[in-house]
Amino acid sequence: MGSLRQIAFYGKGGIGKSTTSQNTLAALVEMGQKILIVGCDPKADSTRLILNTKLQDTVLHLAAEAGSVEDLELEDVMKIGYKGIKCTEAGGPEPGVGCAGRGVITAINFLEENGAYDDVDYVSYDVLGDVVCGGFAMPIRENKAQEIYIVMSGEMMALYAANNISKGILKYANSGGVRLGGLICNERQTDRELELAEALASKLGCKMIHFVPRNNIVQHAELRRETVIQYAPDSSQADEYRQLAQKIHNNSGQGVVPTPITMEELEEMLMDFGIMQSEEDRLAAISASEA
Amino acid sequence: MAKDIPDPIAPEKLIEEVLSAYPAKSAKKRAKHLGVAAPVAEGETEIVSKCDTVKSNIKSVPGVMTIRGCAYAGSKGVVWGPVKDMVHISHGPVGCGHYSWSQRRNYYTGTTGVDSFVTFQFTTDFQEKDIVFGGDKKLEKTIDEINELFPLAKGISVQSECPIGLIGDDIEAVSKKKKKDIGKTIVPVRCEGFRGVSQSLGHHIANDAIRDWVFNGGEESSYQPGPYDVNIIGDYNIGGDAWASRMLLEEIGLNVVGSWSGDATLAEIENAPKAKLNLIHCYRSMNYICRYMEENYGVGWMEYNFFGPSQIAASLRAIAAKFDKTIQDKAEEVIAKYQPLVDAVLAKYKPRLEGKKVMLYVGGLRPRHVVDAYHDLGMEIVGTGYEFAHGDDYKRTGEYIKEGTLIYDDVTGYELEKFIEGMRPDLVGSGIKEKYPVQKMGIPFRQMHSWDYSGPYHGYDGFAIFARDMDLAINNPVWGLFDAPWKKSA
Repeated sequence: MGSLRQIAFYGKGGIGKSTTSQNTLAALVEMGQKILIVGCDPKADSTRLILNTKLQDTVLHLAAEAGSVEDLELEDVMKIGYKGIKCTEAGGPEPGVGCAGRGVITAINFLEENGAYDDVDYVSYDVLGDVVCGGFAMPIRENKAQEIYIVMSGEMMALYAANNISKGILKYANSGGVRLGGLICNERQTDRELELAEALASKLGCKMIHFVPRNNIVQHAELRRETVIQYAPDSSQADEYRQLAQKIHNNSGQGVVPTPITMEELEEMLMDFGIMQSEEDRLAAISASEA
Repeated sequence: MAKDIPDPIAPEKLIEEVLSAYPAKSAKKRAKHLGVAAPVAEGETEIVSKCDTVKSNIKSVPGVMTIRGCAYAGSKGVVWGPVKDMVHISHGPVGCGHYSWSQRRNYYTGTTGVDSFVTFQFTTDFQEKDIVFGGDKKLEKTIDEINELFPLAKGISVQSECPIGLIGDDIEAVSKKKKKDIGKTIVPVRCEGFRGVSQSLGHHIANDAIRDWVFNGGEESSYQPGPYDVNIIGDYNIGGDAWASRMLLEEIGLNVVGSWSGDATLAEIENAPKAKLNLIHCYRSMNYICRYMEENYGVGWMEYNFFGPSQIAASLRAIAAKFDKTIQDKAEEVIAKYQPLVDAVLAKYKPRLEGKKVMLYVGGLRPRHVVDAYHDLGMEIVGTGYEFAHGDDYKRTGEYIKEGTLIYDDVTGYELEKFIEGMRPDLVGSGIKEKYPVQKMGIPFRQMHSWDYSGPYHGYDGFAIFARDMDLAINNPVWGLFDAPWKKSA
């Protein structure tokens, strides 16, 4: 097996983690890498573009039907997608009930114990939204992902989430070996987005590893349940993902222990970029409009 | 007893010695839980000593051996478990229900498995999938199965174990729904074990569940009250204690409507607010609901004590004073009637027990309630303490114990052992975990939670049993054989 690389994609909900990760992994498989995807989101949509269909048989769903996870076979839950990428989804409860975090722990333990990680070069975890509880931090804990890639954009809440996730990484960086691989900026066309992403990266002490430009072709591919790599292999967007894949591949062992900032520092940074008004400016603006 | 035993050490010095073994921070914390009963302030007549510890009812220090239980133990094990015609579901993984199965000797009448279920164990037996996907559906199914298998069960309580609160299951919604479906009282109890610092919060939560799901939302009681109706509150009928108490109350002409919750039925709980007076035995575990009944139904409450003839007579008179002359006269008759029995017990046992020193460490009531029963036998209490008492319990302790008594709150295994070594009492009364270490120290022991599988100890007949049991423990010839024969001096 040599050196198995385990990476994870985190980021604010709806930022494009699943899309970015699947496109990147499709590009990695083109480079001859053997890949396993572990979807850690109860919505189970981390493998849809690779399999060209939504995976129905999640680990937890089947385990619940069979009685317990011990009653499952790996073949039941592992499906093969685009160019041999192995796909699994943890699955989980419907919103508002049970404990999805525990589900992630259960599913990852099952996959590990049953040899899903044998004979692959990459394991990629795609984790929902924020690190809300211990369960969703499972991939960043000891002996799981070595590098975390945070998908973000120039939006305030995405920056906030990226900083928060860095705090989670920092917490486990000393006990385990987890590192922050870098930020992936998924363009939203907000003001001074690239600069802002780079500024946050420098505050966190990491790289802004790639700026993925906005391109509607991603939507077109998604509607067909395909990655851009599969749908339009010759497009410029496909090349962007290939570049990202190459950068991640070359980034092995170069992750950092992040230096997350306080909420005040984050707001200050936004003010410096003129995105957020300072209190004085805001009051001045109000009095000006009243005058 | 062994001859090489040193003389007892003064309590103040013992506390100092015990605390010196701790790191500074722990010593500072534990010092607030240990004390010696002090003289009362001038003019204070209610109490005989001042034995408030600085702190009680707070978190145990991590790393010490505490004897406390959890909120689930307080609700399922103490308050709800003895209600005999209801099924109590231990909701969550199997362990909590299994290892607490029949731990308390709550006696009851009825046909087990048909109309009474106290010694049964029901659990939803959570598996991993129930944690991940939530257990509400499983709870519904369990309730349906119980209703089908045990049609004579009058109601069901859902006793939450830790995971229920962690995963946020909506047991209240399930209870409401199933109540409609099966037409029986269903009581969801949020007594997850991680809540609070001991079983004490579990008692409170269980009391609140009675308020919210039986009084408000249960069946309207059609009971027609009489002038002498009372409830026994906080007597769990350990070894038949509540029966012994009921006999005495009935003898003085009162009518016991509800026995809470030893040998209780759901109907007894529903009818309780119609009684004239609540008689609280265990103040710690059920004062909450009595205060509620006082505020909302105008039912007064008073504490009483049926351990030992002095307290029994005083309590019977105090209870009778709340009623008319008929009752008061009967109370005097009853006290007089049992006097020959008391005299016989004292004649037989007092000479054998007089002057013996006792240390107690029990739950939330007995560390003070049994004190005068020992005094009646001429025995002396040299140390007492509670697992989970609050400040008001320590204040009340002063009504019983004399100045200079060692007081310990939430005592650690180390402290208790050192205290026993230092005080060298003739008898220790505590629980099963303490029993064997104490006996190995060469000191007679009685379990004071379970009455060591004896009882009842309440009432006049109970006092006879109590006196006999203490004599059996202390004057057992085995203690004369403690020294190895080859070590005996020539």
